[in-house]
Amino acid sequence: MANSDEPKKTNGQNIEQPSRRKFLINAGYAIGGVVVGGAVGSLFRKPNKTQQTEPAPPSGTGEETTVPKNYNRALMFFSQDQFAIANAAAERIYPADDIGPGAAALGVAFFIDHQLAGDWGFNSREYMSPPFYTGEKTQGYQGRLRRREMFEIGLQEIENYSQTQKSKKFVKLAPEEQDEVLKAFESDSVKLTTISASGFFKTLRSATIEGVYSDPLYGGNMDMNGWKMRNYPGNQMSYTDIIEKDFTKIEPSSLQDHMSAH
Amino acid sequence: MAKTLPKTDVVIVGVGWAGGIIASELTKKGLNVVGLERGRERKTEDYYMVHDELRYSARYGLMQDLSKETVTFRSTEKIRALPMRAYGSFLIGDGLGGAGVHWNGQTFRFLPYDFKIRSMTTEKYGKNKIPADMAIQDWGITYEELEPYYDTFEKMAGIAGEENPLGGKRSNPYPIPPMKKSPAMQLFTDATKKLNLHPYMMPSANLSQDYTNPDGVSRAACQYCGYCERFGCEYGAKADPVVTVIPIAVKSGKFEIRTHSHVRRIIHSGKKATGVLYTDVTTGEEIIQPADIVVMTSYVFNNVRILLMSGVGKPYDSSTGTGVIGRNYAYQVIKGGATGFFEEKQFNNFAGAGSLGVNLDDYNGDNFDHSGLKFIHGASISVSQTGQRPISNNPAPGGTPTWGKDFKANTLKYANRAITVGGQGSSMSFKHHFLDLDPEYKDAYGDPLMRLTFDFEEQDKELAVFISGKCADILKEMGANHIDQLKELGPYEITTYQSTHNTGGAIMGSSPETSAVNTYSQMWDYDNVFVVGASSFPQNAGYNPTDTVGALAYRAAEGILKYREKGGLLV
Repeated sequence: MANSDEPKKTNGQNIEQPSRRKFLINAGYAIGGVVVGGAVGSLFRKPNKTQQTEPAPPSGTGEETTVPKNYNRALMFFSQDQFAIANAAAERIYPADDIGPGAAALGVAFFIDHQLAGDWGFNSREYMSPPFYTGEKTQGYQGRLRRREMFEIGLQEIENYSQTQKSKKFVKLAPEEQDEVLKAFESDSVKLTTISASGFFKTLRSATIEGVYSDPLYGGNMDMNGWKMRNYPGNQMSYTDIIEKDFTKIEPSSLQDHMSAH
Repeated sequence: MAKTLPKTDVVIVGVGWAGGIIASELTKKGLNVVGLERGRERKTEDYYMVHDELRYSARYGLMQDLSKETVTFRSTEKIRALPMRAYGSFLIGDGLGGAGVHWNGQTFRFLPYDFKIRSMTTEKYGKNKIPADMAIQDWGITYEELEPYYDTFEKMAGIAGEENPLGGKRSNPYPIPPMKKSPAMQLFTDATKKLNLHPYMMPSANLSQDYTNPDGVSRAACQYCGYCERFGCEYGAKADPVVTVIPIAVKSGKFEIRTHSHVRRIIHSGKKATGVLYTDVTTGEEIIQPADIVVMTSYVFNNVRILLMSGVGKPYDSSTGTGVIGRNYAYQVIKGGATGFFEEKQFNNFAGAGSLGVNLDDYNGDNFDHSGLKFIHGASISVSQTGQRPISNNPAPGGTPTWGKDFKANTLKYANRAITVGGQGSSMSFKHHFLDLDPEYKDAYGDPLMRLTFDFEEQDKELAVFISGKCADILKEMGANHIDQLKELGPYEITTYQSTHNTGGAIMGSSPETSAVNTYSQMWDYDNVFVVGASSFPQNAGYNPTDTVGALAYRAAEGILKYREKGGLLV
């Protein structure tokens, strides 16, 4: 699938690393005589404070030093069983392949768990007031259930369907069989009374994509590997130097790298 | 019993672009102005962690909290309107600076044709070109009359650009040169020149260089970080009311901003407004702010909703076509684009700025012959490089599954190999597209939600497919190996993001029978109420609205000062 001219792996060559020091020089030049405040003003005014000029090397690229324990890897909402089903389903949506890791290795199910535990799981910034009527498709979601309830029901229904159709737990099915189950949800050939099977699948799919590509701060996109696979550089302060150039590979940086200036 | 505060000269409802501009202009002339903003304060320092696609884009961090207030929607009067429970088709701004904080900065002037669309269309193609239920109107003001105000807005904001070869005449060049040109933009420019089209650099409120505006406000150049739309600018490089006009108003000592102040009614007596009633959302207290002049500068929906809830102006009645408040809601036709996939080329799609692009107007307005076409007007066509953030941008050639092995492989392969040529289609107003108060659903304060009745018409469907074809032709010339284009425009649905360019409902015109405000944005019926913003567009153009909203705000400020001296209707 990938062309030969597309470097598959980060090999350290042809990589432009806009270090913080270099950025400060560029930005300082660009700012000229204008007095700048704002969110990044402190970076301009106190460049000497920044000792660390390179982001910490991502794990897996060089010799491993002691990897600190990741305390983020625990559950806020899912039960063990729910987590296992979500993890397996997300992996089918975004599977591991020879390009790189899939949803499971990227921590996507942890991401979904953490999201369901907060505002998003409660639909707390959405209009959830009654009355509830069935509407046209063009009018969008009109259910009374919130996402955490939708996931509890949806994951259980995946399990029920696997048991009745395949006589096995979803997590024990072969990947192709898991795909068949998910397709049955996607196409609404599973008939549910409480939620829309396709609506649940759509939410699971979009949450998986979010878990692959959101900042690692949220628990997915482990070691920025989601970004690395598609050459997305993440959080960069400036592309002024490359915007007029042909494709340039840049080592990604996360929001945590931004914190190192403090 | 509401508490009543001391009277002020002017009260402004909503402190975004229109409110900020008017506050700045009026306080320069010594008027005392109170700005009521229902959201929170915002400042550049808020955006230190702004490169967060999940928080600001997928979770709509800067947008209005829909649990408190949304709109209801139905495609026709025959069905029940239901609430927009989650964001989709458009985003409603919130907080100081309003949508001016999280816009892209694409700053187009409308075409001379836009302002005289009914008369020019009739003159050239005859009366029958305009369907009976199409409600388009001339604005009552011409491009030439509005030009000086465009010029003022562009100098204040620091617009980077080059002259549009097919646009209206300019009195001055753009204050600063255009943005940098990426390889994708160069490819588009070369291809469209070969096709004898007229590309020009997209006018941009993301500064191409450091800039000090006529008010003495200095801002630094854009860094092309790729986080504009839905995000605030951590550099203050993107023009935003918070870093331009609001500080000028505040510095005068004449402008008091009250955040968390949710205006619910215009208070009036006879044919004059006497002030506004608002709720302090931090305490729940109801407060009356008396004022000599009331200026409505919130988003389209709330401008119209507050007028209707207050009984100010005659509500529009779609069955008779009479009345003005709620009339001529319009939107845009955005789905008429095309995406090209390049096997041999990769681009820096991750980099960009909100208004980094190349545009052309060969198929916009009446810049091409519509004799054999089943639609009027058209779209601006552009390639824009706003920064392809990875959650929301996963292009793959048509036929690719939306999940699984091939989805992953294709979206990874094409992340930096896909270029979209977009069409920003105009939207004509129709008699049966309008805004009114929902009879059933309420906001957090018990007030009715705005109800929106709208669908795509034959006009839109013809336009979308035509424009998509033109976009595909351009991509072919650009050398795309595979091109996906629109086959058919389906019904309007509120779930997919399209455009936050909602317009109308308190439209501008030359007659009180068919418009709510005159060309100074002054209400015909209540001469001390000014309603400013895209709510005054009688139909929508094929461009982003902000330059025109800004120009109308400068003109309204001039009108308010005139009114302050002489009183009465200004037109």
